[in-house]
Amino acid sequence: MEQSEIAARLIAHLGEDKVLASGEHSDQHWVTVAPGDLRSALQFMTEDADVSVDMLTDLGGVDYLDYGDDRPWRFEVAYQLSSLAKNHRFRVKVAVTDEETEVPSVWDLFGVANWMEREVFDLYGIGFTDHPNLRRILCHDDFVGYALRKDYPINKRQKLTRPIESLLTDKPEWA
Amino acid sequence: MGSDLPPIPTERLVVNIGPSHPVTHGTLRIQVELDGETITRSACEIGYLHRGFEKQAESVFYEHVIPYAERLNYMGPCHNSNAWCHAVEQLMDIEVPARGQALRVITSEMSRIIDHCVCIGTNLVDLGGLTNFWYLYNYREKIYDLFEELTGARMMVNYPRIGGVSMDIPEGWDKKLRGVMADMEGVLADVMGLVERNRIFVDRTTGVCAIDQKTALSHGMTGPCLRATGIAYDVRHAQPYWGYDTYDWEVPVRSNGDTYDRVLLRFDEMEQSRRLVLQALDGLPEGPFILDDPKITLPPKDLVYNTMEGLIRHFKLVMHGVSPDRGEVYSATEGGNGELGFYIVSDGSPKAWRVRIRPPCFANYSAFPKMVNGSMIADLVAGLGSVNVIAGELDR
Amino acid sequence: MGLESKLEVPYLTTTMDTVINWGRKYSMWPLPFGTACCAIEFMGVVSSRYDISRFGAELVRFSPRQADLMLVMGTVTQKMAPVLKQIYDQMPDPKWVISMGACASSGGFYDNYSVVQGIDELIPVDVYVAGCPPRPENVLGAVAKLQEKISREKAAAWR
Repeated sequence: MEQSEIAARLIAHLGEDKVLASGEHSDQHWVTVAPGDLRSALQFMTEDADVSVDMLTDLGGVDYLDYGDDRPWRFEVAYQLSSLAKNHRFRVKVAVTDEETEVPSVWDLFGVANWMEREVFDLYGIGFTDHPNLRRILCHDDFVGYALRKDYPINKRQKLTRPIESLLTDKPEWA
Repeated sequence: MGSDLPPIPTERLVVNIGPSHPVTHGTLRIQVELDGETITRSACEIGYLHRGFEKQAESVFYEHVIPYAERLNYMGPCHNSNAWCHAVEQLMDIEVPARGQALRVITSEMSRIIDHCVCIGTNLVDLGGLTNFWYLYNYREKIYDLFEELTGARMMVNYPRIGGVSMDIPEGWDKKLRGVMADMEGVLADVMGLVERNRIFVDRTTGVCAIDQKTALSHGMTGPCLRATGIAYDVRHAQPYWGYDTYDWEVPVRSNGDTYDRVLLRFDEMEQSRRLVLQALDGLPEGPFILDDPKITLPPKDLVYNTMEGLIRHFKLVMHGVSPDRGEVYSATEGGNGELGFYIVSDGSPKAWRVRIRPPCFANYSAFPKMVNGSMIADLVAGLGSVNVIAGELDR
Repeated sequence: MGLESKLEVPYLTTTMDTVINWGRKYSMWPLPFGTACCAIEFMGVVSSRYDISRFGAELVRFSPRQADLMLVMGTVTQKMAPVLKQIYDQMPDPKWVISMGACASSGGFYDNYSVVQGIDELIPVDVYVAGCPPRPENVLGAVAKLQEKISREKAAAWR
């Protein structure tokens, strides 16, 4: 199925008013929705027989501060979806207005979202509701700030100076 | 009398494995809760090699990301930079000439072979079979010699460029490559002979850390880990690039999803890579190996030193880089561990606005706690080696 | 050893130094603290072509209690830094550190929020090896240089 067709189906399912943006570049299409519509969009993508998404390939945040266009939101979280059965891909993006907006977690739909959402939280500070274990995953636990935001300077190092005993006895995050 | 005795207090022991541990192959930390010898719960902690690749890529030119990208999956480095250049080319909608594509296929498959050599070798070392490590590493050194002759460096070769590859193959290189590929048969026979029907290996890996298809898909697993469960998904086959659909090769697949299958699948993949390399060499097209576009690729050196236009083109590209139009792209290729994806957002400037890497290990490793619950620590050791978690890619 | 104070013949202690250092330098047991790509090149050093075993350093011991040469191979991040310090502290004297590669020596080309710019911020280093990754011959050269350094040491200095 062509990506443009998938986009049309998704927009038809959600309703034109729910779609904040849609676009295309290099033959790849995407649709941007508000956080409240994310779960219904992803559920539609997995349940529709022709779209039939079976894998969440990637989940990543983007910070559009000073990007230079007129989008009214600061962050986006991009969900790259794949259908192995039908051999096509699609991108659904969620518009996160500012630091306080939270996105519903999709870890129950796709197991890999557990860690990927933690990474978006660690590097961007975007909260995910109903996430079982929203903690930092890549930066150390004493890190203050969110490293990949555009206003975090690249060279601002933060040392981890706690004695190792406290690090070894940290409560494990059981899976 | 028995009922007067107080109950025996039992406590589950939490054992910390890593982050500096021979078996974790890098900087992984796993904490397991043991009930006797059986693992009841496990917690995987990552991030000990978080080198800030994504932030770094936002602060350098697109071409300068090539060495950073190479150090992602450092077992098979050349493929990562090939994949990065492919992503930028998709973003800019340009196409690499046929010779460049074939050279990319050759170097990527060589990277896949060396990646699997190390993975299998170190996995077997963890199980106690040291001999195979020497055999496979010796073979890896032969391929390193080829890379060194081609580019000057053994591991981090910095070979591709946006629009093609940086240099052509030297005289006699293809003969040497054919010789090394012919040697593979002997090496694989040696190693397989020690491993495939070895009682100890079979007992230690059959049924160990098995995963079913549904969990694998839910956790976004790709690559050998997914193909070992029976789903024949390979990005080179599903969405071909660099001419993979013109070669005659198969996607290896096995069915049980356990450690035995993952290890033997890697042997199968090495054989398929050998076929691809030989076919690419046989059909190596004549012509340029890099695009000739003044805004994207550097001119040949004799033009730089002898013509004004060449000098200016070189200067502009080195000082100001390439500037793709505004837009975004998600580009996927098949790395040694699975689908390696780059999601690039560009803003029209020579530096990327956002580079997100989709690491194959991240998805594979996120399923590891499920794979390991109910087994023993020795099984964890066997399984972890077969999943081939590379911290450079996992933590970026 | 308080021999110098008891004996009046200094040549005896220098001969003892030579013997002790000879023993130490030709039987170093490496602790490969490998984090990234340099660790793979170290695996090449250990394997058959560039055998480190001919320098006496074959027995890699992952336990710091049993090792005396720590090879830090690869990028050390802020999260890993306490672990590195802990492992170094756990090693008994005499101990030496080789910092292999650009990332361990100076942070490499990762000048950002999460990478320690050189392990000498954390632990004392004896030999730095340049390269990204260094060739196996570089690593063997570093081991040889360290052996020279050890032969110039006073054995009593490690009390």
